[in-house]
This record gives sequence, C-alpha cells and structure tokens, in this order.
Amino acid sequence: MRRLGVLGSVLLAAVLLVGLCGTAQAVEPIKIGVAGPMSFTQGQGHWNGATLAAMEINAKGGVKVGNVKRPIELIKVDTNEFMSIPDATNAMELAITRHKVDFLVGGFRSEAVLVMQDIAMDNKKIFLGCGAAHPELCTRVTKNYNRYKYWFRITPINSKFLGKVIFIQLGTVAAMMKQAFGLKKLSVAIIAEKAAWNEPIVAAAQAALPKMGMKVAGVWRPSPVAKDVTAELGAIQRSGANIIFTSFSASVGIPFAKQWGELQVPAPVVGINVEAQKDGFWAATGGKGEFTQTLNTYARVKMTEHTIPFFDAYMKNFKEAPNYTAGTYDAVLLLAWAVEKAGTLNSDKVVPVLEKSKTVGTAGLLAFSKDHDVIWGPGYVTSLGTQWQGGKNMAVWPYKWEGITFEGTVPVKFPPWVIKRYKK
Amino acid sequence: MLMDIIINGLINGSVYALLAIGFSLVMGVARIVNIAHTAFYMASAYFIYMGFTFAGLSPLLAMFCALPVTVAVGLACYRLFIKPIQEHEAAVLIGTIALAIAIQEAFLMSFGGSFLGVPPLIKGYTWILGVKVTWQHLLALGVALLVLLAVRLFLMRTSVGLAIRSTAQDREVANLMGMNVTRVAMWAVAVSVGLAAIAGAIVVPLVVLDPHMWMHPLIMMLAIVVLGGLGSIEGSFVGAYIIGFTEALVVFLIPLGAFLKDSVALSIMILVLLIRPEGLFGVVFEEER
Repeated sequence: MRRLGVLGSVLLAAVLLVGLCGTAQAVEPIKIGVAGPMSFTQGQGHWNGATLAAMEINAKGGVKVGNVKRPIELIKVDTNEFMSIPDATNAMELAITRHKVDFLVGGFRSEAVLVMQDIAMDNKKIFLGCGAAHPELCTRVTKNYNRYKYWFRITPINSKFLGKVIFIQLGTVAAMMKQAFGLKKLSVAIIAEKAAWNEPIVAAAQAALPKMGMKVAGVWRPSPVAKDVTAELGAIQRSGANIIFTSFSASVGIPFAKQWGELQVPAPVVGINVEAQKDGFWAATGGKGEFTQTLNTYARVKMTEHTIPFFDAYMKNFKEAPNYTAGTYDAVLLLAWAVEKAGTLNSDKVVPVLEKSKTVGTAGLLAFSKDHDVIWGPGYVTSLGTQWQGGKNMAVWPYKWEGITFEGTVPVKFPPWVIKRYKK
Repeated sequence: MLMDIIINGLINGSVYALLAIGFSLVMGVARIVNIAHTAFYMASAYFIYMGFTFAGLSPLLAMFCALPVTVAVGLACYRLFIKPIQEHEAAVLIGTIALAIAIQEAFLMSFGGSFLGVPPLIKGYTWILGVKVTWQHLLALGVALLVLLAVRLFLMRTSVGLAIRSTAQDREVANLMGMNVTRVAMWAVAVSVGLAAIAGAIVVPLVVLDPHMWMHPLIMMLAIVVLGGLGSIEGSFVGAYIIGFTEALVVFLIPLGAFLKDSVALSIMILVLLIRPEGLFGVVFEEER
C-alpha cells in the first residue's frame, strides 16, 4: 500500500508538472472583436479587412508582447446595427463579457456606434472605429478624456472633413461644367438621406454652396431605406438643378442611382453614395449607375506603398474590392504595432502609444488629432473620389489637387445626356 | 408641379395597388390576415433574380418561371402553417408573421444582406405632359389596372369566383350547400400569392432586392387595406392611390420632409379611421358578422 501511495504521489506530481509545462507553453491569443453588421457588405468589409491583417500578423508568428509572440484571434461581433441598435449593444456586451476580447474594431451606423462606444468605454476596452463618421464620437474624447480616451477613429474621416472633401469634389465638377458648357451660375440640388451623420453635412452644404458661387435648388431628405425616389428625382429635375449633390450611406443610394440613370436626369451626380463604393453596385443598378461619382476610400491607385498590395490581396482572398469598412485592416495592424511598442495589452498603456503614432496605412499616413480622430489633409489621409466608368469604379479625385494625383487616377466623365442637354 | 404630383401619385398608387389587391382578396374571401403576403412578393423577386442570374434566363422568362414557383411555395406554406390554425384568427396573424420572418431569414442566409437588382422589362423613359416617366413605371400602372380587371372578372364571372364569394359571405352555409370550402380557400390563397408574385415581377425592377424588402410594403399595404376597408378590393385600389398621391404631395411640397412621406400617409389612414372606422369601402364589422 505504501509503495502504491509513493507511486501515486509520483504520478500525480508528473501529471501536475505536465499540466504546468503545458500551461507555460500554450500562448494565449490576443482577442480582437470585429464589430459590424455581418450579414451586410459593410460588416463583411469589417471582417475581411481584419482577417487579412490577422493572417499577415499570424504568418509572421504573431504579436510580440514582452518576450512572447502571441497570435491574433478574431471574434466576430455581429451587431445587426442596420436593423436594431439593441442587437448591437447586446453583441458588444457579449464580446466583452463572454468572449473576453482585448480590443474592438469596427462599427458602422453612428447612431449604434455612439452606444457601442459607451459599452467599450465602460469596460476600458480600446475601440478603433472603422465605419461611423459622426463628429460626436470624437468630441466625446475632448469632453471627457478619462472616459473616452480608449476610442480612436481609423476610418472614415469625420463628417466635417467628409463634407470638406465632397465640397472640393463638387467645386471641381462645377468648374468643369462651367468650362465645358459655358454655364455661369450653377444651381445644385442637395439630396441626403435622413440620418444623424448627415445633419452636419446638409447644414454645411446649405452654407457653403452660396459661398462657392452656386445656388441651392432645394434640399430633399428621403428615408435611408426608400425604395423609390422617382418623385424626388422629378422634383429635382423640375427645380432646374445643374448638379445633384448626394449624401447616402444606406440602400437608398441604389434606387437613386438606378432611377437617375433610367430617367437620364440632366445633372451630374457628385457627393457620397456608400453603395456606389461597392463592387455589387454595377449589378444592383443594372449598369444604370454609370457616371455616379462618390467619395471613397479605396481604389486601385497608389495612395501609399501599401494600397495596391492590400487592394490586390483583398481581391484575391475575397473576390471583391474593399469598401471603407475594410479599414479594419489598418486598425488591426496598428493595434499589433502599438501593443508591441507598449509591451502590454493594458489599455491605459496602449492608448498613449496610439496617440503618438504616425504609421503609413493603406489610405494615407495614419495619425490622430487630440480628439483621437484620424487626421485629414494633404500628406495624411485624403480620401478619394471615384466614378463608375464602363463598369469600373475609377479614381477621379485627387486630380491635380494640392499637387496630388495618385498614379492611376482618371478625369471625371459627364453622362452623354448631360452633354446633350448643355452642349450648344 | 401639379402634373408631377399627378403622374407620380398615379405611379406610386399603382405599385401599391398591385400589392394591396392580393392581400385584400385573401383577407376578404378566406379571412386570412396574411402578414406573409409581401414575403411572397419578395420570394417572387428573389426567384426572378435567381432565374436571371444563375439560370441565365431572360428577365421575362425568369418572371414567368417565378410565378408558378412562388404560387407552389405559397400553397405549401398554406397547407403546412396556415391551414392547421385557420380557425383562430389571432394564431393566423402571429403564424404568418413568423412565416414571413422565416422566409426573410432563409433569403438572408442564402444571399446575405447585399442589395441586388433585376433589370427592367422595358428600358428607358418617356415624357407625359412634361413629366419624365420610365417605361417600367408605366408598365406597372398598366398591369395594376389589368390585374384589377382580371380579378374582378374572375370573381364575378367564373364558378370558382362565385364559390369564393359565397364562402366569404358565409363559410358554414357554403359548406352546407356542398361546397368544398377547403378547396375554395386554396383557390383564394393561390390567386392571392399569384398576385403577390406578379407584383414582385413588375415592381422589383423598379426597386432594390434585399431580405428586408417585404417590411415597408407590408406597412403601406396594411394602411391601404385598412383605409380602403378591410377585405374590399375596390377600397384597396382607391386607398392605394390616396397613399400614392399623398407621398407625391409630401415630396413635392415639403422636400426637406421627404422622409416623412410614409408617416404622413399613415396619419391620413388614422384620420380616415377616426371619421369612418370601417374604412372607405368597408362594412361595419358587426354588420359583416
């Protein structure tokens, strides 16, 4: 019995040792929650961008935290935020409390992300926003730094800068129209879906257009999910607008472009149409969306040395071009870089590293302002203007703007019915 | 602007009428409040998309193929989910909501939430009294009128139509008179789902396909049906045009409030109900029973 007892003790010790060794050898992954509406293209963009970054990092052995290289593990956080904000908050709670994510990236609808942000901040989780443009998300950092310092916006540039870029693009198109057709004073119809992120853009457009020497023909605010906007288009045509300034992030962008092309409304379209940023736009509009111009983040042009390799890898892996929510690629790479630099996953120690960071991303030089917003401007992230031409979404802006023309950018084209209407 | 409002109102109204007539028919004759009606409209749209995109059919052929498929799916749903609970109106209401959501989820799983499109049968536009109108919209207007006429003739001039009307008036007496009320109900469901499928075929090239596309028309359709009078086909037709014109008026007169067009339309419905609870063409419930 005594011999058996000794043997038992030895076996137990051996089992414990093996267990301990096993624990020491198993490297715990860094868990990153990728939050987005996963049944929709925007969420798929979030997931695909993050997946590509995680694949690259893990192929190199992971993220070096202290002396250990830890792999990235992505957790899919399906927020369903298009349909239900409570679904988004539940998904965030689940990711933080059950899946124990270390960091979060993603988010799309500003209305939902404002709530998702609070949940992340309650739990002191760094949340890199890759989809929502409302300025309040970053204003909160200034208002209450200690609470909101864990939030950073990677993409898109905020509504204020989005407005600035689209006004520059609008000004470019207006100048081209004046030059091509000898028009003196242009009239612009503003059509913007009724959503929180759009309020500053609509207000800014109404204020900026007269200063730019243009007249506001009218403002139309359809529902973000309107399926038919022929009445709005009829009213716009009746208003005599020479240009249509759009601001759409939701599905209304498709019927608008489709019906604009079908009715051949004699006014070029410029502004934001998130649906027109996607590859599926051409098929969804049956090609009627040709000549639709939109603010964009990605096209196969050389914004930085990382853009084309990223674009090509994305196309190869996911068989479509990246939309702006695929900026999670930059977000995950930035997190990995910051964690390595901080040598820890501790949010309070990673935040100062992110604040001082200046890294070359896929859409420009990535750096943050004091309110943790991505900096916009020449030399930083500028955004793009793209236009559907012959079934391809071509980069058309910046085109000789502030000395910038990215390699592969082409000039804007007017639809033939616009040329026919104005050509004397 | 007046012509814009008239033309756009007529077009909006026709599109809504196409949807509302089928719903009204099955509600009036079979006493089935089929919340899944617009889900069949969506199913028809997806079947057309599948025929066009995956089977390489022409849009017209895809539409003709989608019609019987949708009707078959509708009848199967009726036999499996609605018939067993048909006597309990509340259960039918809840059951058809569940059915609609199940159909939505099936398409969401199969196609994702991406927005898809089907090309129009007739491309281009024309001018009518100084207003640009797409040919597809005009087609919707024409088909809506033809469908109404055909449904009317079917109900008034055929033996099946007579049976449907008799069953609608008094199911028990119709049964005692030797009518196969189950078969009559099947007919009503088939015609109703068929109308939803036709609506899908005509309307879908005008809009965008996504798995939630059934919800908005459902709300508008319920408003139209209540406004026109429960179960009244004529009422649905008139209600559809009232809602259609209201939407056009909102867009043209309050451009900044274009997003309110649905709310204004629904408010009109409430207003009519306050003045005339049975709707424009309906009968008082007590009388009906």
